[in-house]
Amino acid sequence: MSESSLQSGYVEHAPGFVENKGPKLITSRFKHTDSFTLEKYLSTGGYEGLRSALDRSPNQVHDEVREASLLGRGGAGFPAGIKWGFPPEGVWPRYLVVNGDESEIGTYKDRLLMERDPHQLIEGVLIACYALGLSQAFLYVRGEMALAQERIAIALDEAYEAGYIGKNVLDTKFSVDVVMHWGAGAYIVGEETALIESLEGKRGMPRLKPPYFPAAIGLYGKPTIVNNVETLSNLPWILNNGASAYKGFGSESSPGTRMFAISGHVKRPGVYEVEHGVTTFRELFYGDNFCRGIRDDNELKMFIPGGGSAPWFFQEQLDLPLEASAVGAAGSMLGSGAMVVMDETTDAVKACLSIVRFFARESCGKCSPCREGTSWEEKILQRILDGDGRPSDIDLLLDIGDNISPGPYPAASFPDEGLDAVPFPPRQTTICPLGPSSVAPIVSAIRRFRNEFDALITRRDPIPLSLGVEEVFT
Amino acid sequence: MSFFNEENEEIAKEIVGRYPVARSALIPLLHLAQEQEGWVTKPAMEQIAELTGTTSVEVLGTGTFYEMFKFHPVGRYLIKVCTNISCQLLGADELFEHVKKVFDIEEGSTTEDGLFTFEEAECVAACTEAPCFTVNYRYFHRATKELFDEVVIDLKAGESPLSKGRADDEGAMPEHGTLSRVRQQIPKSRCAGIKPPEEIKGPPNWIEEGV
Repeated sequence: MSESSLQSGYVEHAPGFVENKGPKLITSRFKHTDSFTLEKYLSTGGYEGLRSALDRSPNQVHDEVREASLLGRGGAGFPAGIKWGFPPEGVWPRYLVVNGDESEIGTYKDRLLMERDPHQLIEGVLIACYALGLSQAFLYVRGEMALAQERIAIALDEAYEAGYIGKNVLDTKFSVDVVMHWGAGAYIVGEETALIESLEGKRGMPRLKPPYFPAAIGLYGKPTIVNNVETLSNLPWILNNGASAYKGFGSESSPGTRMFAISGHVKRPGVYEVEHGVTTFRELFYGDNFCRGIRDDNELKMFIPGGGSAPWFFQEQLDLPLEASAVGAAGSMLGSGAMVVMDETTDAVKACLSIVRFFARESCGKCSPCREGTSWEEKILQRILDGDGRPSDIDLLLDIGDNISPGPYPAASFPDEGLDAVPFPPRQTTICPLGPSSVAPIVSAIRRFRNEFDALITRRDPIPLSLGVEEVFT
Repeated sequence: MSFFNEENEEIAKEIVGRYPVARSALIPLLHLAQEQEGWVTKPAMEQIAELTGTTSVEVLGTGTFYEMFKFHPVGRYLIKVCTNISCQLLGADELFEHVKKVFDIEEGSTTEDGLFTFEEAECVAACTEAPCFTVNYRYFHRATKELFDEVVIDLKAGESPLSKGRADDEGAMPEHGTLSRVRQQIPKSRCAGIKPPEEIKGPPNWIEEGV
């Protein structure tokens, strides 16, 4: 591949992954070209965490994970050890569903973990199954990720063959089957109850709540633990090194590391494993160890801190730590660890439409505020961009948003206008957070860049005089 | 009536056997049908219904929810260009227009020679490698118009462009319908035993209940 066909300003590197300084708990093998093979996995400490788990009682393993305060990496950030405690006593069988349906806008980490280190994920799955007495695990891989499916299928075969999965794992009483399942293209299936519906062979629509947790009533009506790929990939390290070593990284409330995908207008976009809770956005975007600044040394206009569903941040928020509670109080979320950086050349209305259109297309159609609302949001934004906007359109957009997510919507502070931050999360009139997510870019963009909307609307072409009106009067 | 060929029928039964409830195999079997025929036909849905203990209407009902299933013939190569925000910021709209011009067709349609179908994609999780397009769900990262042109030339010549994708992927380019080029095989001797949920009454034998 010749250098010239690369986009200018990019540094050639392995897809997604950039080698940099800092602790590597889950991406330590990414630098190897054969990171996905069993041979490489075993020669770099693979399946030692499982052995260590099998030497202890299931409860001891659960305690270790609870003690590590491992936070879920799917978006909500719920502690995994606590979620694991939810299945009601005496109800069997119990299942594990691995959420590998990564499709939130800007998110790119689970695909890397599945493609580049499938055995690490499988080892995490086995540790969870052992600790919780789970009968069977389903590894739900997003349909579009063909290479990830290949790597996982091969890794599962290798692991069965080598005695890590199946009957009497490593000659113990522990027996479990792990099955790869794959989807067929629907963002909403990333929602855990929709994921379960899909795995049951149905349309992937979120279930009515309560029950709030599939850990009580999940797959086939049985207790089901749904964990994200990145969450489970942390387990081998935790079992090998212990909860206290894990808590040596990151902050007290957000221990360990997280994978962040930083895309958009930065000089060195990539997926970075970052110490949780201590690094700041500024360090990530401008630091030499990470993205090295904005392209062409432009000014930062806005950034999305946690996937397309997250309200936007601006220059004022750059010094916030990458820590869930701090980001939440400032009006957004770290969500799925997806950051999209936009420089001064970005059209705020166009960016807003792009994100809203995604939610409009991906709405499953179960709740009317979302089904109708998202599609109207898209149409109105489109007509504003086309130069056909009406002066009332801005209020109309906010009103539709208010129907999906009533009350003040989470937003960053805007000191110039004297606006305070509205903390996360938003309220919702829908079963799942998809609809409310579509309001995030709208409120963010209108609050901050109302002038851009106004400019597009007032630029609306006047009624053409070429109707021959002049001739009639002359 | 049988839709699956002999080999695929065996595979289909094996897939059904991996789930505690047969209906869970519905989506994987729709993929298998698409792998055999390139799209999902009516006889395929009828046989899937038989295999999963559902009706063909339920198969259609589930299938139409998911955009990867095609209920009409599509090209041998399905080209999807991501136009979501991360890709858009780095030139996806221009790439999209270029693809449209090269094929001279509207988004969602197929070229006359039946080789290419062209669609807009929603975020495919390659955001740091933007802009991105996929061919039969194999990734092409950091795409340029030139890269796209090279890929089309290769595909027309029957060669695999995968190694040009900067996506850690190589080998032959499968036809539309094939996702993973390998299949999970659970060896009978190693299988822990998959049972319907109602047949499992208590905790597995390594768990001491109440502890």
